[in-house]
Amino acid sequence: MADAPSVQDPTTQQTPLLSMQGISKNFPGVKANDSVEFEVRAGEVHALLGENGAGKTTLMNILYGLYQPDAGEIRYRGEVVTFRSPRDAIACGLGLVAQHFHLARRHTVAENIALGLANTPFIFPTRALRERLRELGNHYGLGVNPDARVWQLSPGERQRVEILKALIQGAEILILDEPTSVLTPQEAEALFQVVEQMTSESRAVIFISHKLDEVMRIADTISILRKGAVVGRLKRRDANPARLAELMVGRTIAPPERTSDGLRDRIVLELKGVWVRGDRGVDALKEASFRLQSGEILGVAGVAGNGQAELIEILTGLRQPSRGQILLDGEDITPLGVRGLFEAGVAHIPEDRNHVGIVPGMSVAENLVMRQYRYPPFARGALLDQKQVTRFARSSIDQYDIATPSKDTPSRLLSGGNVQKVILARELSGDPKLVVASHPTYGLDVSAAALTHELMLSQRARGAGVLLVSEDLDELMQLSNRILVLFAGQVMGTVDVEEATSETLGMMMAGAPQEAALGATTDA
Amino acid sequence: MEVDQVTYTVARALAFSTPLLWAALGEIFAERAGVVNLGVEGMMILGAVAGFIVAQTAGAPYLGLVLAATVGAAAALAHAFISITLRGNQYISGLALTIFGLGFSGLIGRSWVGKPLGTPMEFITVPGLSEIPLLGPALFTDQYLLTYVGLVTAALLWFILYYTRPGLALRTVGESPAAADATGTSVTLVRYLAVVFGGLMAGVAGGYLSIAYRPSWGEGMTNGMGWIALAIAIFSLWDPLRAVAASFFFGAFFFLSFLLQKVFPPELLTLLPYTFTIVALTVVALGKEGRAFGAPEALGLPYRRGER
Amino acid sequence: MLERFGIRLVPRLAAPAYVVFLISLGAIIAAIIVTGFIFWAYGVNPFSAYAIIAERTLFNGRGFSEVVRKSVPLLLAGVGLVLAFRAQFWNIGAEGQILAGAVGASGVALFVPLPPPLAIPAMFLAGFIAGALWGFLPAILKIRLGVNEIITTLMMNYIALYIVRWLINGPWKGESVVGFSYSDLFDRAIWLPTIGTTRLHWPTLLLGLLLAAFIAFLINRMRLGFEVRMIGEGPAAARYAGVNFLTTTLILVSLAAGAAGLAGVGEVAGIHHRLVEPNSISLGFGYTAIIVALLARGSPLAAILTALFMGWVFASGDVMKVALRLPFQITGVINGLVLLFIICSEPLLRYRIERIGSRASAVESETGPA
Repeated sequence: MADAPSVQDPTTQQTPLLSMQGISKNFPGVKANDSVEFEVRAGEVHALLGENGAGKTTLMNILYGLYQPDAGEIRYRGEVVTFRSPRDAIACGLGLVAQHFHLARRHTVAENIALGLANTPFIFPTRALRERLRELGNHYGLGVNPDARVWQLSPGERQRVEILKALIQGAEILILDEPTSVLTPQEAEALFQVVEQMTSESRAVIFISHKLDEVMRIADTISILRKGAVVGRLKRRDANPARLAELMVGRTIAPPERTSDGLRDRIVLELKGVWVRGDRGVDALKEASFRLQSGEILGVAGVAGNGQAELIEILTGLRQPSRGQILLDGEDITPLGVRGLFEAGVAHIPEDRNHVGIVPGMSVAENLVMRQYRYPPFARGALLDQKQVTRFARSSIDQYDIATPSKDTPSRLLSGGNVQKVILARELSGDPKLVVASHPTYGLDVSAAALTHELMLSQRARGAGVLLVSEDLDELMQLSNRILVLFAGQVMGTVDVEEATSETLGMMMAGAPQEAALGATTDA
Repeated sequence: MEVDQVTYTVARALAFSTPLLWAALGEIFAERAGVVNLGVEGMMILGAVAGFIVAQTAGAPYLGLVLAATVGAAAALAHAFISITLRGNQYISGLALTIFGLGFSGLIGRSWVGKPLGTPMEFITVPGLSEIPLLGPALFTDQYLLTYVGLVTAALLWFILYYTRPGLALRTVGESPAAADATGTSVTLVRYLAVVFGGLMAGVAGGYLSIAYRPSWGEGMTNGMGWIALAIAIFSLWDPLRAVAASFFFGAFFFLSFLLQKVFPPELLTLLPYTFTIVALTVVALGKEGRAFGAPEALGLPYRRGER
Repeated sequence: MLERFGIRLVPRLAAPAYVVFLISLGAIIAAIIVTGFIFWAYGVNPFSAYAIIAERTLFNGRGFSEVVRKSVPLLLAGVGLVLAFRAQFWNIGAEGQILAGAVGASGVALFVPLPPPLAIPAMFLAGFIAGALWGFLPAILKIRLGVNEIITTLMMNYIALYIVRWLINGPWKGESVVGFSYSDLFDRAIWLPTIGTTRLHWPTLLLGLLLAAFIAFLINRMRLGFEVRMIGEGPAAARYAGVNFLTTTLILVSLAAGAAGLAGVGEVAGIHHRLVEPNSISLGFGYTAIIVALLARGSPLAAILTALFMGWVFASGDVMKVALRLPFQITGVINGLVLLFIICSEPLLRYRIERIGSRASAVESETGPA
């Protein structure tokens, strides 16, 4: 590791709690990890920083015994160990809080935790657990109701369950994989305090993230992973965001050019007192009202599960509001379904691009016309005009620079960025009046994310209204003109981007009304 | 006379519901672990023919029953291999098992058709309880041991499922195999055990038909009961105790249609249980509970680490 | 688990057509070999048994016509199932739909006096509609309420079976029939014409071939086919794209179930010439059609071949019974074995088997790192 500066620190003298040496892992077609060296010491937060797809999660899955490495070894307190399954890893004091929680949604908190414990009794496995849960919860400020079912919990609470589960299993080394992606800024800060408390008790924390500011906030040591290999290791005091960003991406990144806003000459979208019933029969949106102008990007912030999904569904026809009215360019579109809204000029860039945005088994060309196929020129009576489909596919592949072997390649073989290009090419082709985008850059690498941002901005410049739902506050603040905050199905307010700070938005995302949030943060 | 008929009907319905209960309990366990087995009918009939042949040749009905269970479990093992190890389509694999079972049982049972079992399983009458007026003759007189074992098993399985550690592991594997895997529980092992157990139970159900209830072998003698057991698993919302009630309900339906033959055309009565199965599934789908406590979330999905 | 045997499965991109063909052929050959052991267990030399079967089914005009005539209902029902399975609608109810079609045709033949040139098309139409209607309920229940169609279509089979039994024992029992359960004979003028003295009723065969061509066209060239494939391969995406699930499913199920109904028409109007015992109308054609469709792997034209193959299995069953004194149930066993081996061979389409340690795997990619 030539360019990793050696670390002069008292802790270097002792054996690391855990080290990984020369770890390589190949998936068909991808070198997910390439001779990775990594170690963590007691009382330290070691951050693993890298872009989406850099191999962070693979490395941790190896460490946790979920994958077997193709080469390399893991040492625990200096001894070589082999983790055949998570059970072995747990026995060496490892705990994993995965990005996608490993929880059975319909089971109670206690049931989820009990299964992982070695000394769980045969009969009544959850009975003895309550007391321990209460103690640990009080100690770290991580209280949860042991009898609550997981689906009833907020993402932040589910994360607490995962952390408690790891701690109760006796974890000395806690792996947190992108832990703040589901949290409000305030919740994230609370998590950092829990992390600090744990390290002060000489536990070790491996903190995985692609966000520079939080790594700078919490890490003692930072390892940067790019394309499966460690490209740098720094102490926090030697690090700065610009240097980290460069190491992470492999080049200096210019901030996106702020293009001019479009002409704000009309109200594209207006919601008037809209109520929506969610899947569980409770109201997912309560009397939501707001306006979106032409040539404007309206960001929607909120912790996952506060009504964003349902908002998108009613705007794209996948769900009907139970009360209220939706106007597009002044016309009532409330009763329209998916087809009607598409015809009216609503484009939809869905959150789950691999299962909703495309049909993985169908060809790139077919996916490019998945919404337009029933209209001319693609439809000729009951038939599909293959020539027109081919022509459109060729031009889209050129225009959006979609990397695909051919127009007939099944879409499942494309990379995430190219899948998103297929979706964007299709949705933006008819010059929509309204673009509804849900987490459009989630999981994309930097260049694909940048392209997506550019396209959002050019839609705005063209005069379309853009509704952008994202959990990434930086992204929202970078692109939006205004940011609307949803909490428990209610619109907490809309903040101009010039006035918005992560503190204000965070308070609103936690349920504070707009005036209070703005007041509190300006007073401070 | 009237009363006699009612108690008799209840008694026969109980006897008729027994194979449905055994098979449904087995399927509930397999499905709770996330594996659908549409081979219930096939496993039942293989159990029925194997059990009958052994019981007849050895003159030992309980030995026949053991073999019925073993054959059911072995057939389920094939399904487990295809659906868990090969990650094949569980629905088709189960269907293949049923088609194979119906054909193969007809083949090996051909020379045993129409010969009543020499030493069938005997009725038992529960001492004491059978003296209770009404309930005694209805529930505790002239039943087979398997009926009561089935009821006790249902209670036991219910307790295991909800209040023991292996039950928790089983349910977690069916709800979220990734969560189970992350705790070090072997998804493969749990699923294999559950599916094989399901086959064992279906084998017993088949053995009950050919060794006790009939007691003889007839081609296709399960007559769709395996499919109804599958429906009971759904109708009971994958709960062993509810399965007792649901099985009895279907048993009563079968027996009622048998009773009413003098009044109605028998063919139209025979189709009632099948019609009712559709009605029952529809009711579950309509009901609120069906949505809240629906199928195990990973039902029918092969598990592979790292795939979401 | 497989790792213990020193091999592992490597995902492959898309299996080339010849691989699909070879793997399907392999499944069939495996089933034939296992069946050979069953012959052997019955004290019949499997080689001479297969020689006799081949001689009487393939190298004998009349024998071959039996193969084709048994493949006619399999083709009609099987092509319908190819369409249904493309939309992931697991219709296990072709058996009941065949019976419904037979009832529809018999109703017209027995009770609607029509001149023969009109009566034959009317029988086919009635059979198609009756079959389609038999598929409607499970389709609506699935789309509207999410009720599992496998169990409902199966229950509909039993219901159809008992309705036919009721008809031939009750209201439709023939006046000239004593001691047997079946309807009166249809008017000789509306019997389906056959080729020569064989039992091969060619109008039904022609319908089957036309239907296979039409469904192939529908899947590949028509908007409806595009929608069917979207529903089957990406239901969430299909919903997002605005496909109307209820309409599309009802249309495709009517086609699929109606096709099975046509098969039922052929059996009563072309073979039995009356409504008979359900197990005689269909020898399990509806269940075997599932195998036909699965072996055809989504291609309606390939179903012509696979229907012929399964028709051969049925015709062989007759030969075994007559010439080798083996029970007819062997066909059921072969059916089950073919299906089992197809499903076992599926992973070979999705994965290649590779020895652990070999490094040649890095090219084909399907699953990247999580």
